Amino acid sequence: MRLRIRFSKLGKIRFTSQRDVARMWERAIRRAGLPIAYTAGFSPRPQLAFGLALPTGCESLAEYVDVVLDDRGSAEASFDASAVGARLGRFLPDGLAVQAVAAVEGRIASVQQDVTSCQWDMSFLGLSRDELGDRIERLLGARSVLIVRERKGREEIDDLRPSIVAITLADGGSDADPDGGQGAVGLVAELSTRPRGVRPVEMIRGLVAVAAGGDGVGGVVAAAAGGGGFGAGPSARAGAGGGSGLVLERACRTKQWIERDGVRREPLAVRDNPVGSGRDVHAMERAS
Amino acid sequence: METLWPQIEPVLARVTKPARYIGGELGARVPVHGPGRVAWLLVYPDTYEIGLPNQGLQILYEILNDRDDALAERSYAPWVDMEAEMRAAGLPFFSLEHHLPARSFDVLAFNLSAELVYTNVLNLIDLSAIPLHGADRGPADPLVVAGGHCAFNPEPLADFVDCFVLGDGEDVVGELNQLLAAWKSGRADPAGSPPTGPHGADRSALLRALSQIPGVYVPSCYEAPPACSGGADDPQGQRGLRPRFAETPALVEKRTLADLGASPYPRQQLVPLIEVVHDRLNVELFRGCTRGCRFCQAGMITRPVRERPAEQVRTMVADGLARTGYDEVALTSLSSADYSGIEQTVASIIDDPACSGQVSVSLPSLRVDAFTVATAAQIQRVRRTGLTFAPEGGTWRMRQVINKLIREEDLYAAVDAAFSQGWRRVKLYFLIGLPTETDEDTLGIVALARQCVEIGRRYHANVAVTASVGGFVPKAQTPFQWFGQNTIDELTRKVQLLREAARPVRGLTIRWHDPKATAVEGIVSRGDRRIGAVIEDVWRHGGTFQEWSEHFDLDRWTAALERAGLSLEEVVYRHRHRDEILPWDHLSAGLHREFLWQDWTDALAEHGLPDCRWTPCYDCGACTGFGIEHVVASAVPPAGGSQGTGQDLSTGGQVPVQFLTGPPVPSGGAERTPVSAGVVPAEEC
Repeated sequence: MRLRIRFSKLGKIRFTSQRDVARMWERAIRRAGLPIAYTAGFSPRPQLAFGLALPTGCESLAEYVDVVLDDRGSAEASFDASAVGARLGRFLPDGLAVQAVAAVEGRIASVQQDVTSCQWDMSFLGLSRDELGDRIERLLGARSVLIVRERKGREEIDDLRPSIVAITLADGGSDADPDGGQGAVGLVAELSTRPRGVRPVEMIRGLVAVAAGGDGVGGVVAAAAGGGGFGAGPSARAGAGGGSGLVLERACRTKQWIERDGVRREPLAVRDNPVGSGRDVHAMERAS
Repeated sequence: METLWPQIEPVLARVTKPARYIGGELGARVPVHGPGRVAWLLVYPDTYEIGLPNQGLQILYEILNDRDDALAERSYAPWVDMEAEMRAAGLPFFSLEHHLPARSFDVLAFNLSAELVYTNVLNLIDLSAIPLHGADRGPADPLVVAGGHCAFNPEPLADFVDCFVLGDGEDVVGELNQLLAAWKSGRADPAGSPPTGPHGADRSALLRALSQIPGVYVPSCYEAPPACSGGADDPQGQRGLRPRFAETPALVEKRTLADLGASPYPRQQLVPLIEVVHDRLNVELFRGCTRGCRFCQAGMITRPVRERPAEQVRTMVADGLARTGYDEVALTSLSSADYSGIEQTVASIIDDPACSGQVSVSLPSLRVDAFTVATAAQIQRVRRTGLTFAPEGGTWRMRQVINKLIREEDLYAAVDAAFSQGWRRVKLYFLIGLPTETDEDTLGIVALARQCVEIGRRYHANVAVTASVGGFVPKAQTPFQWFGQNTIDELTRKVQLLREAARPVRGLTIRWHDPKATAVEGIVSRGDRRIGAVIEDVWRHGGTFQEWSEHFDLDRWTAALERAGLSLEEVVYRHRHRDEILPWDHLSAGLHREFLWQDWTDALAEHGLPDCRWTPCYDCGACTGFGIEHVVASAVPPAGGSQGTGQDLSTGGQVPVQFLTGPPVPSGGAERTPVSAGVVPAEEC
């Protein structure tokens, strides 16, 4: 039996990596006493398939894992999906929480293959709302935004622009804290997973690049590696170009979208598959 | 006390492996601080990944947090990038549970497991904004405590640590806490409220009181008598330390937990959020080892053998697996295959229906003469964990010198058992630079390893044998404490010899420990109080994380030695003579000095000494001095191999057994209850 689980990752635990989270799930499943299926071979591994990796340091309201349970020999013919979710939730560490569970029937594509874009909430320090708005406008107006990114230890130049689906300023961002300092300003971004996924830090590099590029609106702008970025330290803040002052305070993945034939849906929506409602949900949204 | 988390959080976005600093492990406590509780910060002075699994620290963490008058939080050495961020942001060393500054605790307690972490200890005291030298600490400063195996020669850290604890910490930690509770009530806090307790703000009175607890060594209560100064071997009079006060004991003896069965800790092993070393359930099978390997400090200082009852082992494994969700359990000890009924214990874990055939068992520290096909068959049933054997010496002569009495046939039988049960990779541990070692002994390593490769080829087309070679560092409180360590050049030459001999052997890989690091371990392992200045010098020149090759730099150490008027020749390479006062002579691990000297001369004469669990007592002092005995379930060794006798004991149970007829009368402490050896008929093996 296969279950698709949607979960959140919030708070201190965001500093753990995707691999760490995978181990937490393995242990939680064993602690919950669920009969997880193992791979065959010399070194059997539990059958867990995670969706797109969440960068270390980012939070999420939309992480996915597919779990294969071994229900042969089990007294229960099949498991109540929502009950399984509630049970697992008790064994996950603080910061990981099950949001939705559904049994998966038949063969469907993995989350990793299916997801076409991710939606992010981000907040920044060091820029006013107007300044950030200006940067976004320039970024969206550019034909091409070249950034340097590291892939398997090698630096490569990539065009960021095709992977940016949308960026909008978040509502209610304040220009000033009550105590006089400059507060965080937010944006909502949708970043495509194709041709290559864009991480929040890479998008920030683009926001830095458009400032450095000055009149680069409509043209090509380029950024050096390390300009701006997630929690950029003193060195990055003092970096060249207009990127100085742009510090990502927080990034949270809020949605993963599967888009097909102009229709968008989530791999598993929270509202249809709540945990612990007692309802056995098999109405899995099929990918095709 | 206010948490530093809001200041720490933004920093974490910029450092490697930020989850090292967040806490939140399964099993972590959330202790409540308050006036009636002594607050301990337990520190492992290496990275989180190395330190978290440390069982000693976890045991004390539980014992302290279970007390009404104590609480404990933990911390580990921040990696260099985090330290730089912390110093730039003015953040002090902090705890992981509440992220409180280290200074706000009453006690900073360090675990000393390896010599090369000593510069980290200094760094963490400094990062805590506590005066580096004990002599400069005042009423508002925490007490700095250290324990662990390295505490058996504590003098190199005497300037920086207020008190050391020798031996098992389970009982003594409570005695310390009682005294500290009284002190805390009178301790001046940073806010400046006046001291009221019995010791008040008087730190020296506290230290004197601490020095009277058995097993506790307070360096500031000891000094060298003036008459000893200026001798040829002790030019600055740093050895032959005597108590400064009438009530301070002249000899500090280690503490020994008589009954491991009474201490089923850790009950709630910590399960980290990130990957760490030994990332699995660990259950201690027994403490102590009487195989008598002469190079092995752990074996010498943890005598006698105290086995955990098999039923308790099974319970701890079953409960631990259910609670943690681990799918691997390590049965730990200094020589796990020696545990009475080890095969049945392993089988009962694997056959437990709750494990549903998915839990693997690993046995670290396997002796080849106790590793049988049956054991191999058991531990490979789920998945094959790494297999490491430690012949230590390349020739029978060498192994007689070091008293590792395993024959070549034992090694070959063990390796054959492993390969026949499906293993394709085997690791072998050896030491080079042992006393009386010749090039023939060194090259014997390659000969043994080559034979292992050939045995493997009988079963598999491709096999990999790795020979890991470490340079020998003589340790305090062992028969080799008088031996002059091999020089860097000599160890390097031997490594070269091995590499050349191994080159033509397909399937054999030689790995070696950096001889320069070995030399530095030697500086600390047998150093006296003068080494404190050397450690401080190295730390002031940026030498932290010295056990990490990318941060290790021999030049810092040799320059520091020179500035202190010392040299590797004097501190490390020199043989000690019989009558020389050793820097740890005022501390005792229970072993008579005469026994150690006799064992040293036996070593030079190539005489082995059989395991005393199964042969008559030769009065090393470990049992008789403490009024306790070995606690072992089986009075005969398991079948197979030579069992440290150099004879073929394939039928098992052939060694004459003679235990002490009754528990000896304890010499001093009436509060120690003698425990009789739990001798029961041998289980059918």
